[in-house]
Amino acid sequence: MPAAVSSSARASLVTRPDGAVLVLAGDWQLGGEVAGAAQALAELDAVPAGAVVTLDAGAVGNWDSALIAYLMQVVDRAQGRGVKLDRRILPPGIGKLLDLALAVPEKRDARRADTMPPFMERVGQTAQQLSGEIGGLIGFLGEVTLALGRFVQGRARFRRSDLGVALEQVGIDALGVVAIINFLVGLILAFVGAAQLEQFGAAIFVANLVGIAMVRDMAAIMTGIVMAGRSGAAFAASLGTMQSNQEIDALRTTGISPIDYLVLPRIVALVLMMPLLTLFADAVGVIGGAFVATAMLDLSWTRYFQQTWEAVSLGDLLGGLFKGTVYGALIAIAGCWRGMLSGRTAAAVGLSTTSAVVTSILLIIGAAGLFAVVFYVLGL
Amino acid sequence: MCSDSDPIAVRDLTMGFGSYVLARELSFEVRRGEVFIIMGGSGSGKSTLLRHFLGLQEPLAGEILYYGERFTSADEDDRTRMLRRCGTLFQSGALWSSMTLAENVAVPLEEFTELRPREIREVVELKLALVGLRGFEDYYPSEISGGMQKRAGLARAMALDPDVLYFDEPSAGLDPVSSTLLDRLLLELRDSLGATIVVVTHELDSIFTIGTDSIFLDAESRTMIARGNPRELRDHAEHPTVRRFLNRGRDPTGEVA
Repeated sequence: MPAAVSSSARASLVTRPDGAVLVLAGDWQLGGEVAGAAQALAELDAVPAGAVVTLDAGAVGNWDSALIAYLMQVVDRAQGRGVKLDRRILPPGIGKLLDLALAVPEKRDARRADTMPPFMERVGQTAQQLSGEIGGLIGFLGEVTLALGRFVQGRARFRRSDLGVALEQVGIDALGVVAIINFLVGLILAFVGAAQLEQFGAAIFVANLVGIAMVRDMAAIMTGIVMAGRSGAAFAASLGTMQSNQEIDALRTTGISPIDYLVLPRIVALVLMMPLLTLFADAVGVIGGAFVATAMLDLSWTRYFQQTWEAVSLGDLLGGLFKGTVYGALIAIAGCWRGMLSGRTAAAVGLSTTSAVVTSILLIIGAAGLFAVVFYVLGL
Repeated sequence: MCSDSDPIAVRDLTMGFGSYVLARELSFEVRRGEVFIIMGGSGSGKSTLLRHFLGLQEPLAGEILYYGERFTSADEDDRTRMLRRCGTLFQSGALWSSMTLAENVAVPLEEFTELRPREIREVVELKLALVGLRGFEDYYPSEISGGMQKRAGLARAMALDPDVLYFDEPSAGLDPVSSTLLDRLLLELRDSLGATIVVVTHELDSIFTIGTDSIFLDAESRTMIARGNPRELRDHAEHPTVRRFLNRGRDPTGEVA
């Protein structure tokens, strides 16, 4: 089989007195060019059905999968058109590999069809899936409510240390990123406001703008979005990994409710920490605004904070904290729900994490819109 | 044949998802003190049957009984009470990753006994010593090897001195030495604790070493096609599929399938 001198691969269909012969010669190696390969296949298509084509690879030098792959194409074409192939004079190594590749006939229907189901069918499937998911969410909410009831009565089974770890992860560990984001949002609001209000000589009202916007809405929304990306994703990923590692099955068979043991501490931690984080974000946002006001508008720090203090009412503050708490509950529920639903593969854990973040951000923005309308109608 | 003293009895159990039936009309009982093997090829529903025993999946029809008491149709509290007599070693060990080995073994004890922390610690150390993990109490699951994780999982499964021990593919992912050691450990536990052991596996070495009774689930006919001592089934099973399986793909007549 090995030849000392390398020569380029060639394929040609020759007609001899005793019938057509497919002559293969040279070094057949993957990545190399084969002269006449396509033409030989085309000529093979022109051979009448029922004729016999002899395969002659006597002049082949070095060869690898490239040769077998080409021969497979030849066999497929010949079979499709009813042309018989004479493989008797193929070198034994090539013949055996070819026999092995052809030993198990192609399984019918095993090849995946690329066709998409019709549009209406897909709509129906999606609707069915959606209604199933909503049913699952309602069931999950019910279980969480029951678990919260047990928690309030002190009968819920979970480890105090788990709650401690969760409080630290969603509280103290999140301070840095919450501070940066809200400082910048306060800064941006002040910039936008300063440019407009200065035209009317009402620069001092930048404090009102930043204060009310941050305290009523922005601090809660921005903190919610940060926490969705941070903690909601972490909840879904850790619960999903536990699901794939059968840890949740192990809890169930031990007779411990995974909702009590895993979901409850996470939800409680986020619901307790979100109002505190929102309060912190309020302060940082106002300070961000103050930086712009003092630098651009020649306002003093005292004047700015005094104006903020007068502009923002206690109702604004409490409303903002309430919204933040609700966002926290939404993030925790979405994250834990997606995590508990996760499949058992690595890809499924990734998917559930992504969908936890997307679900919680959608819920936050939806709830923010709803709050805006309700608070307006109630005159708050 | 079935009496109330049988730890597990299965009556006309049909398993599946929706309209898809995985195995139908399984009926058998597991007698006290047996090492009962659930075997069969891939996709025959071995592990699914185990999930039914543990109440992690609901059957399409039929009933499972523990010591003559209905499990499948029981409510959540009764199920938990019945499962407290069972210990399970999951395929990957399924240790709770946020806890040390000692904490893992301690959880069932903290939840279901009135023992004081010091007593719990003593029991935990004993159980870990029984599986050869003395001194590893304060390690986290991620810090030890796969074989050690399985042994720790076994220590957790034994925490409450169960009457029934379930093993899901105990030798999967273990080297031959570790899996032989685990088999030996399992036999010793049966002898010293008097527990009934149910093993899901397709490892022939294990099956012949430890099995005293077995059922064979077949993916093609979707039901159980053999029942009895695996060594006897190897030579005398009526069904050729069972004989081929237990003889590594060779029929005893010598012809390769």
